[in-house]
Amino acid sequence: MQNERQPLLTLSKLTKIYGSLIANDSIDLDVYTGSIHAVLGENGAGKSTLMKLAYGVVKPDAGEIFWKGQKINYWKTTVARGLGIGMVFQHFSLFETLSVVENIALTIKGSQKDLIDHIRKIGADYQLEIDPTAMVNSLSVGQRQRVEIIRCLMQDLKLLILDEPTSVLPPQHVRALFDALRKLQNNGVAILYISHKLEEIRELCDTATILRDGKVTGKVNPNETSTQELATLMIGRSIPKVERKVSDHKSKNAILNVTNLNIKNPDPFGTDLKNLNLSVFGGEIVGIAGVSGNGQQELGRIISGEDLNGDLNLSTIEMFGQPVTRKGVIERRDLGFCFVPEERLGRGVVPSMSLSKNSLLTAFKKGMLKNGFIQDDVVDKYTDTCITEFSVKSSGNGATANSLSGGNLQKFLVGRELLLEPKLLFLSQPTWGVDVGSANEIRQKLISLRDNGIGILVISEELEELFEITDRMYVLRSGRISTSMQTNEVSPDEIGEYMIGEEREDASNALAV
Amino acid sequence: MTPLEFFLAGTMSAATVFLLAALGELVAEKSGMLNLGVEGMMAISAAVGFVVTYQTGSHLIGFIVAGAAGIGISMIFAIVSITFLANQVATGLAVGILGLGLSALIGKNYESFTVTAPASIQIPVLSDIPLVGPVLFQQNIVVYLTIVMAILISFCLNKTRLGLAIRACGENPKAAESLSYSVFKIRYGAVAFGGLMAGFAGAYASTIYTPLWADGMIAGRGWIAVALVVFGTWKTGRIFLGAYLFGMVSLGELVVQSFGLAVPSQLLTAMPFIVTIVVLAIISSDRARLRLHAPYSLGETYDGSEPQ
Amino acid sequence: MLLQFERRDTPSKTLVFATPFIAIAITIILSSIMLLIQGKSLLTTFFSFFIEPFESTYAISEVFLKFGPLLFIAQALAIGFRAKVWNIGAEGQMIMGAILASSVPVYFTDSDSVFLLPAMILLGAFGGLVWAAIPAFLRTRYNANEILVTLMLTSVALQILYYLLLGPWKDPMGFNFPQTVMFQDAALFPPIIFGFRLNYSLIIPIIFTIFVWIYMEKHFGGFKLTVGGLAPHAATYAGYSSNGAVWKSLLIAGMAAGIAGMSEVAGPIGQLQRSVTSGYGYSAIIVAYLGALHPIGIVFAAFFLSVIHIGGDYALVTADLPISSVHIFQGLLLVSYLASFTLVNYQFKPRKARIVEIESSLT
Repeated sequence: MQNERQPLLTLSKLTKIYGSLIANDSIDLDVYTGSIHAVLGENGAGKSTLMKLAYGVVKPDAGEIFWKGQKINYWKTTVARGLGIGMVFQHFSLFETLSVVENIALTIKGSQKDLIDHIRKIGADYQLEIDPTAMVNSLSVGQRQRVEIIRCLMQDLKLLILDEPTSVLPPQHVRALFDALRKLQNNGVAILYISHKLEEIRELCDTATILRDGKVTGKVNPNETSTQELATLMIGRSIPKVERKVSDHKSKNAILNVTNLNIKNPDPFGTDLKNLNLSVFGGEIVGIAGVSGNGQQELGRIISGEDLNGDLNLSTIEMFGQPVTRKGVIERRDLGFCFVPEERLGRGVVPSMSLSKNSLLTAFKKGMLKNGFIQDDVVDKYTDTCITEFSVKSSGNGATANSLSGGNLQKFLVGRELLLEPKLLFLSQPTWGVDVGSANEIRQKLISLRDNGIGILVISEELEELFEITDRMYVLRSGRISTSMQTNEVSPDEIGEYMIGEEREDASNALAV
Repeated sequence: MTPLEFFLAGTMSAATVFLLAALGELVAEKSGMLNLGVEGMMAISAAVGFVVTYQTGSHLIGFIVAGAAGIGISMIFAIVSITFLANQVATGLAVGILGLGLSALIGKNYESFTVTAPASIQIPVLSDIPLVGPVLFQQNIVVYLTIVMAILISFCLNKTRLGLAIRACGENPKAAESLSYSVFKIRYGAVAFGGLMAGFAGAYASTIYTPLWADGMIAGRGWIAVALVVFGTWKTGRIFLGAYLFGMVSLGELVVQSFGLAVPSQLLTAMPFIVTIVVLAIISSDRARLRLHAPYSLGETYDGSEPQ
Repeated sequence: MLLQFERRDTPSKTLVFATPFIAIAITIILSSIMLLIQGKSLLTTFFSFFIEPFESTYAISEVFLKFGPLLFIAQALAIGFRAKVWNIGAEGQMIMGAILASSVPVYFTDSDSVFLLPAMILLGAFGGLVWAAIPAFLRTRYNANEILVTLMLTSVALQILYYLLLGPWKDPMGFNFPQTVMFQDAALFPPIIFGFRLNYSLIIPIIFTIFVWIYMEKHFGGFKLTVGGLAPHAATYAGYSSNGAVWKSLLIAGMAAGIAGMSEVAGPIGQLQRSVTSGYGYSAIIVAYLGALHPIGIVFAAFFLSVIHIGGDYALVTADLPISSVHIFQGLLLVSYLASFTLVNYQFKPRKARIVEIESSLT
């Protein structure tokens, strides 16, 4: 029935090329008024590029765009917005040092006073309340998303594009977002919903276009399509499952102990860590759930030794029973600690250096130096081993790190650290931007390490991932950490409760009264 | 005029050089462009301003041409660092070296020539008030216009959409681009404005403050202007105060002479630089404050590329 | 936009080598235009710039006399630039080296001890070191921007120099000129060829170059500095100290500039005077870049700029060119180099060619 109507937005044979990569290859897409249309695909499939083309942020190298059947020649963001298209970015386009209303004033005309009133009204209409005068840097990730959505709603909205909007929300807030989106749908707004989460799409969307390697592989009604079928369209096979048993060789003593960690963040835009306790034993995988921006970065840098906070108690951080609070990165590594950070390019690896040089970065104690001089043959051999053992696709050990895809780079990074034979491994967001296949390989590797008695700490935003691989879990919110929970004894909703926190506290206060 | 009146009036005049250049640099830096070529831009405009004023006898034409020269040389910086994506620090230094060389070339036949400074404005009644009158109300028009300029710039940066857009570019150019602001145009504009103001500062230095041409006459004042932006933590009001403080310090020689103290003149000449170093260290050690006020993407090249 | 650049997957190695030549070509074109505007003869000017410096043994020896300090300081600065530590105050460090070294012959005017020269080298190195340690301390302890501090300290060093030359160190027999006594032979480097100013101090920069090359290319210490410059977060992640990089870069540069300053007063100048640095501290910045911050490239760049400096001196006479010409030439050179270097990491394509290529890649 829909096909007989005029589509609101038509993308026709859109192509976008970055260097040698064809990000979008001749893509067709029709969006209809009142429809929630999913664009499904895994990391690197070209979803974000397609949405940026649709919103006019980037220009297509070939192809045409039609609005209500009419061809638009100069497709720019201003044109798109003028027609009533709004977009909520995955990495928000908000400015930390500006207030909410100033951010909105960048795109919406009007006096500050009018804008403030308007923001309050929309907040009330859609249950998206926000303080218009608050500085963005004081807002949580979820609140920032609200600001972005409000900004879209302040124009005469016809089409709303959302890029992976639930990746930053706890399960309960996801429901609230879906409610708001359905309300919009009923008001006649078309929605383009980008995601890689199959369940979500089946719950919310009425149409789905599936992308793989920059090409459209299917157009389906997700309600009438099984998860299995969707997965096959998305990655060419069914989603692989990680195989694991319950851990049975947990060590007697904790190999990582963090006791009463309190940090006043010197960065005014950062998070303070408050009275944080956690422990990791050998032979278990411990997860830290929570939306990024709740202290994950700060905690990561404290555990890795990148941030040596002089005010901390000597015994705040212990590894293998030794206090390491004052010990630097290299000394902690000497004890058998390894770390894979969430930012790969620029932190985990030097983007413009070869893989060999990037092996040298942290593995230099593996016989790579003689009197301080670099032994190139040893470095190359280590790199080659890493490439073959972890099936890293690259042009060899001389390939620069930034020439690798997200998944392959992460396999290289994990490989480089694992070849150091750690006893305690710490990974932050191990599968961010990694394709399904590589993510699965990495997860499987972690399980087998655990079975060999190694202790692993994982910070991740993806609850599914944590439920798949961890034995125990904590939740980090606003710099505070929850008590430890056994993974097989909790539900995602219970974890979600901790992620919301404030409402919980309110509820308990109400009970107390 | 009493010595005190003379000193305070001189402070306002000396401060105007710093303030003009620092305000221009402030706008450029707010958009994310760290232009270290201020010294060179001032030098070349000082030479151009002097030569034109000398030839035409008009300070106004001198200022206009000097401003144009400032914009011209700032465009070299903009082309190389914005269009050609070169490192801003190195490009600023290169433009500075070029500007100093060109200024010597332009002024080579005018060494030690003088022009007459324009008469100061005598505001009736007010200028007759003792102390306050001669200090505040008998200045040349550029001193007043510069103060007006500071207020306008502060208003523009904080209260207008253009100001928001400039700040947005300096904080997160990518996000600004996604809101359909042209980072390219805004940064070009901000750098050109910086060049214009440095041009005025140079012309003021060579045709009003010391209306005499000597090679190397800018003598590090462009660099102090760059430092002033840090001192003022990117806030117009504080930059204003800093400029007046440095105007005062740079007149130290006068004070010492009038008190008849035997301090080596070299120490006094070095004083503004020593004070700069000390204040810089004090302000910079408060990292939290810098993080709050410094444009987050200051000095970073923006190539507009979209990572996949 | 008229020009559009697209990031290359891997930087072009060929263009790293070609860039300095592109820059020189652009600079020569731009300078020619400026010369024509001034009504100068291109032939005469370029003859003095590029041929006259090779016309006599004396001229060649003068080129090498300039080559020494330029090479020395540029090598040291390049280490810092690779680590993104911006020491632009080599000029001041050079002055302080010259001052401290001069204290020996100034206070021991009659000594002909063989230890005179070694003592001056040590003091020269120390002077530069101290002057570079100040910005290093202020940056690591107080987060103060080293660009501004090194630059301000150059102005301060200059005033110290003027104070000494006009006051306590002024040559009493010097007709009130701002300069010290002429140094005795024991305080001077012996000439390599008798009668020429070129002296044995040239050996120091050459040995230093070899050390820098080995250190930056083969040693882990150089690798750590390079990582710090390319990706500071990666350096922290790997546990390389960023403060260490600041100290190392500044101290090496201070020492090199200090000794370079010393070899000027103990070499061609033979006394302490106002124009002790000849602007080497600034020229060395250009040399470092033109040599692509690479130890070998810097050797060629230093030689090229030495020729320009000597050529400029000749052009002053034969082509009646103003002194500022050399500065303008240097400025243009650096500007063109920085613009051309973009092509190493980016490729430029006119829009039409891009689309054609894309269409052909699709079929």
